[in-house]
Amino acid sequence: MLPPAPFLLKDTSVSQVMIQVCVALIPGIAAYAWLVGPAILAQLVIATLAALAAEAAMLSLRGKPLGLFLSDGSAIVTAWLIALTFPPLAPWWLVATGTVFAIVVAKHLYGGLGQNPFNPAMVAFAVCIVSFPALMSQWPSIGLELPFVDQVNIILGLAPRVDALTGATPLDALKTALKLGDGSIDVVRLLADQDVYGNFAGRGWEWVAAGYLLGGLWLWHRQLITWHIPVAFVGALVAISGALWLFNPAQFANPLFHLFSGGAMLGAFFIATDPVSGCTTPRGKLIFGAGAGLLAYIIRVFGGYPDGVAFAVLLMNLCAPLIDLLTQPPIFGMKDKA
Amino acid sequence: MLFNLFKFKGGVKPPTNKTQSTTLPIAAAPLPSRLVVPLHQSIGGTPRPVVEAGDRVLKGQLIGQADGWISAAVHAPTSGTVVEVAMHVQPHPSGLDALCVVIAPDGKDEWIARTPLDYAALTPEAVREHLQQSGVVGLGGAVFPTHGKLTASKTVPMEELIINGAECEPFITCDDLLMRERAEEVVRGIGIFRDLLQPKKVLIGIEDNKPEAAAAMRAAVETLGEDFAVVQVPTLYPAGGAKQLIRVLTGKEVPASKRSTDLGVQCFNVATAYTAWRAIAHGEPVVSRLVTVTGNVHHPRNYEVLIGTPMDELLKLAQPHPDTDGIIMGGPMMGFLVPQASVPVVKATNCLIAHDDRLFPPKAPEMPCIRCGACAQACPHELQPFEMYWFSRAKNFGKTQEYAIFDCIECGCCSFVCPSRIPLVQYFRFAKSEIWAREREKNAADQAKSRFEFKQLREEREKAEKAEKLAKAAAAQAAKKAAEAAAAAAAEAQPAAGEAAPASQAVAAVDPEKAAKRATIEAAMARAKAQREAAQPKNTDHLTPGQQKEVAEIEARRSGSRIEDRGSSEPAPAEPAAPTSPLDPNN
Ligand code: SF4
Ligand code: SF4
Repeated sequence: MLPPAPFLLKDTSVSQVMIQVCVALIPGIAAYAWLVGPAILAQLVIATLAALAAEAAMLSLRGKPLGLFLSDGSAIVTAWLIALTFPPLAPWWLVATGTVFAIVVAKHLYGGLGQNPFNPAMVAFAVCIVSFPALMSQWPSIGLELPFVDQVNIILGLAPRVDALTGATPLDALKTALKLGDGSIDVVRLLADQDVYGNFAGRGWEWVAAGYLLGGLWLWHRQLITWHIPVAFVGALVAISGALWLFNPAQFANPLFHLFSGGAMLGAFFIATDPVSGCTTPRGKLIFGAGAGLLAYIIRVFGGYPDGVAFAVLLMNLCAPLIDLLTQPPIFGMKDKA
Repeated sequence: MLFNLFKFKGGVKPPTNKTQSTTLPIAAAPLPSRLVVPLHQSIGGTPRPVVEAGDRVLKGQLIGQADGWISAAVHAPTSGTVVEVAMHVQPHPSGLDALCVVIAPDGKDEWIARTPLDYAALTPEAVREHLQQSGVVGLGGAVFPTHGKLTASKTVPMEELIINGAECEPFITCDDLLMRERAEEVVRGIGIFRDLLQPKKVLIGIEDNKPEAAAAMRAAVETLGEDFAVVQVPTLYPAGGAKQLIRVLTGKEVPASKRSTDLGVQCFNVATAYTAWRAIAHGEPVVSRLVTVTGNVHHPRNYEVLIGTPMDELLKLAQPHPDTDGIIMGGPMMGFLVPQASVPVVKATNCLIAHDDRLFPPKAPEMPCIRCGACAQACPHELQPFEMYWFSRAKNFGKTQEYAIFDCIECGCCSFVCPSRIPLVQYFRFAKSEIWAREREKNAADQAKSRFEFKQLREEREKAEKAEKLAKAAAAQAAKKAAEAAAAAAAEAQPAAGEAAPASQAVAAVDPEKAAKRATIEAAMARAKAQREAAQPKNTDHLTPGQQKEVAEIEARRSGSRIEDRGSSEPAPAEPAAPTSPLDPNN
C-alpha cells in the first residue's frame, strides 16, 4: 500500500470552489435584477433546474455516483452563466435547451467534469445564437415597466411576446446606428443623446458589469482565480479599443464603454477564467486572456454578432492546449537554462 | 542583523499544531523492555553485525560495522544482552523485514569507555572517520551519513553553510526543544562542520514561529563568540526542505541534477550538529534521539529516546486516547502510518503522532481534476502536478518525466490544496516506482542480452580453438608414439594427490554451533541484500574506493533534495519504495 500522506488537507472542495463562484456572481445578478428587470431571477431558476436534471440524467447514464457529482456545483455555475448571457425575456425552452445542450454535449459527451475542451456555457450561447438568432437578440428595452408576473408569463409563453417590449443591446444599437448612418454618425454624440446609454456604457448594464467586476475582484482576493486572465483580457480590450478610439473617436466608442458593455466583465472574470477549458500556465493565461479580449473586440465591432465574448472564448479554448504546451514555466533550479 | 531573505514559490500553511508538545521540557524515556536496533539506519550500505546472540554489550558498543564509505556504524543503545540477530518489521510503509540486533537491557545503562577527542588536533579525514564510526547521520529524516557531506567541492569555493532548524512540518517540535535546551552544544557542533568545510558564512535558519529557539541559539552563538547568523525565516511549509531553506537564505536554487556543494552550499540539521558534538567532545556515539510524541494523546511531549525502543512503549508514555488507531512516523505532511505499533524508533524517527479520525478526518472521495491550478501554485518546485497526475494515471511515464516528476520532493503541498481531493503524491510515488521497475527490467534484459552475446562469442571462439586443436592433435599424433615409453614411467607418480581436503573440514567443525549461527546471520544478510537489490538496482556492494567516492557524491547530491525535518522522505532504506531514485535521470 502506498502511504497516504499528507494526512492533513486544506478545507476545500470542488463544491466550495463552485459555490464561491456563484457567490461572486451575486452583485452582478442583484444589479441585473434591480436595473434591468427581475426576469433574470426566473431564468436563473429555469437554467438551474434544467442543468441539474440534465446532469443527473447523464451521471446515471454514465454510472457515476449521483450525490457526489450533483453536489459539486459545476452544473449550477454553467447554468448561471447561461442565464446571465441569454436575453432575460427569452422563452424558457430556449434557456433550457441551451443548458441541456451545454451539460449533455459540451460537458458529458466530452467526459464530464474537468474534461470539456470548451466552456459549456459559451457552447450553449454559440449554438443558440446561430440557431435562434432572432430570439437571442431580443433584449428588454431599458426602463421597461412590467410587473414580475408578466415577465415570467412572457418567459413561460403564457403571454404574447410583444416586440415593443424588446430592443437592442447598447452594443447592438451602436453598431446598427453606425451601419445605418454610414459614416455620418458621431459616436460621442450618439452615446450622449440616446436613451439606451447611461453614464459610461449601456444604461443599467454598466452597473451590472460593475457588479461582475466587484465579484471578480473578490474571486481574485479569495485566490480562486489568478490575476493573469482578467488583466490580460481587460488590457487587450482597452488597448485595441483605445487605439481605434484615438484614431477616430467619431467612429469608435471609447475603451470604458467597451469594458462595461456586453459580456466583457463577465467574460474577463468568470468565463475566460474557467480553468478546465482555459490555459493553466502563467504565461499561457496571459496569452489566453489577451487573445480572448482582442477577439471579443474584433467580433463585436467588426463581426455580425452583437457581442463577441462567447466566440472569442471558444476560439481561445481551441488554442489552449497548444499555448499551455509552449509556455511551460521553468522549474525550480532550472531558470537560467530555460 | 539585517538579513536579506529570498522567497521560494508555492508552499502551504497547514495548522502547525506545535504548541501542544512544547509546554513541557524534554524528558528521558525510561529503558524499554527490549530494544530492536535495525542495522540499516542510514542511506548506503547495511552495516555488518559484529555481535551474536548471548553477547553482553555495553551502552555505545559497536554492534554494526559500517559497510563501505557511505554507511554509518550502529551501536548498542544501552547495556544488556544480545537476544538475537534476526529479521524484524521495519518502520517503513512497505512493512518489510530487515536485520536487527535485539537487546535485553540489564537496567544498568553502563557506558563503554568514552574518549573525548580534540578534533582541532586531528586531520579532517580522521574527524570524518570518527563521525562515521559514531553513527552520525542526518537526523532531519534523510539519515544520510554526515561524514559523507563534510568534504567541500574541489572546484567551487564553499560559500554558505546552512543549518536547518526550520522544522516546518506541523506537530513536530523536537528540533525546537533541542535548540531551546541544548543550544550551546548545537552551536559547538556547527563549529565542527564549519571547521571542516571552511565556508564564508554560517546561516542558521529557524522558522519565525519558534522565537524561543531562535533566542536561545542567538544567545549561544554570542556566548561562544561565533559569527553565525541566526535567521528567522517566514513560517511556510516546506521551508525546512533543504532546497527551500537554501533558497530562502541564499537565493540559490539547487536543481535536482546538482549537488548543493556545486553551488557552494551545504546544509545540516541542528540535531545532526548536536550529535556530531556529542560524538567528538564526549565520545558518545548516536544511541538516542529526540522524538516528539503528540497527536491524539493526553500529554504530548518531547522525549530523549533510545534507538530501538518499540514505538508502542514510547507512545504509552504520552498516554494515547483509547480511540487511537495508528501511529504516524514523521509529520502529517510526509509521514506514514507504521505497519505495526511495535516497530522500533530509528535514527530517522523525529515524531510519532497518535492517529485518529478527529485529528485526521478520512479523506473525501476523489473527484476529477478541474485543472484549477491550485496544485501548481502550491508546488515549491514549480512543477505542474496536474499534468504529472494526468500522465501518471494514463501510465504514460515518459511524459511524467518530461514534466520533471523526479524533481518532485513528495512534500504533499499539491495534495494539500487540491479541491478535488486527488492524492497527487500517491500517483507520483506510483509513477516513480513504476519507472524504476521498468528501468530495472530493462537493465536485466540488457544484461541477459550481453550474457547471450558473450556466450555466442565464446562458443565461436571455442569452435575455432577446437579446429585448431584438431589440427595440432594430428600433428602431435606422430610425436606421440615416440613419447610412449616416457609416459609409462610418469604414470607411477599419480597416487599422491587428494589428501589435503579432510584437514580443512576439521577446521570448520571446531565450533559447529557458532558456525551454524553465523550461517543463519549470513543467510539473513544475504536475504536482506537480495531484497535490497531486488528493490533498488544498485550494485554498490563491491566497489573500488574511487567508485565509492563517486557513489557518495551522488548520494550527497540526492540527499540535498530531501526535506530535512521529517522522517518519511528517506525511510529506513532497505526497502523498495525508498523515494530516492538510483536512476534519477538527472543524476
Ligand atoms: S489542485 Fe487538483 S483539481 Fe486543481 S489542478 Fe491540481 S490536481 Fe487538478
Ligand atoms: S509533492 Fe511534488 S509535485 Fe506536489 S507540491 Fe511537492 S514537489 Fe510539487
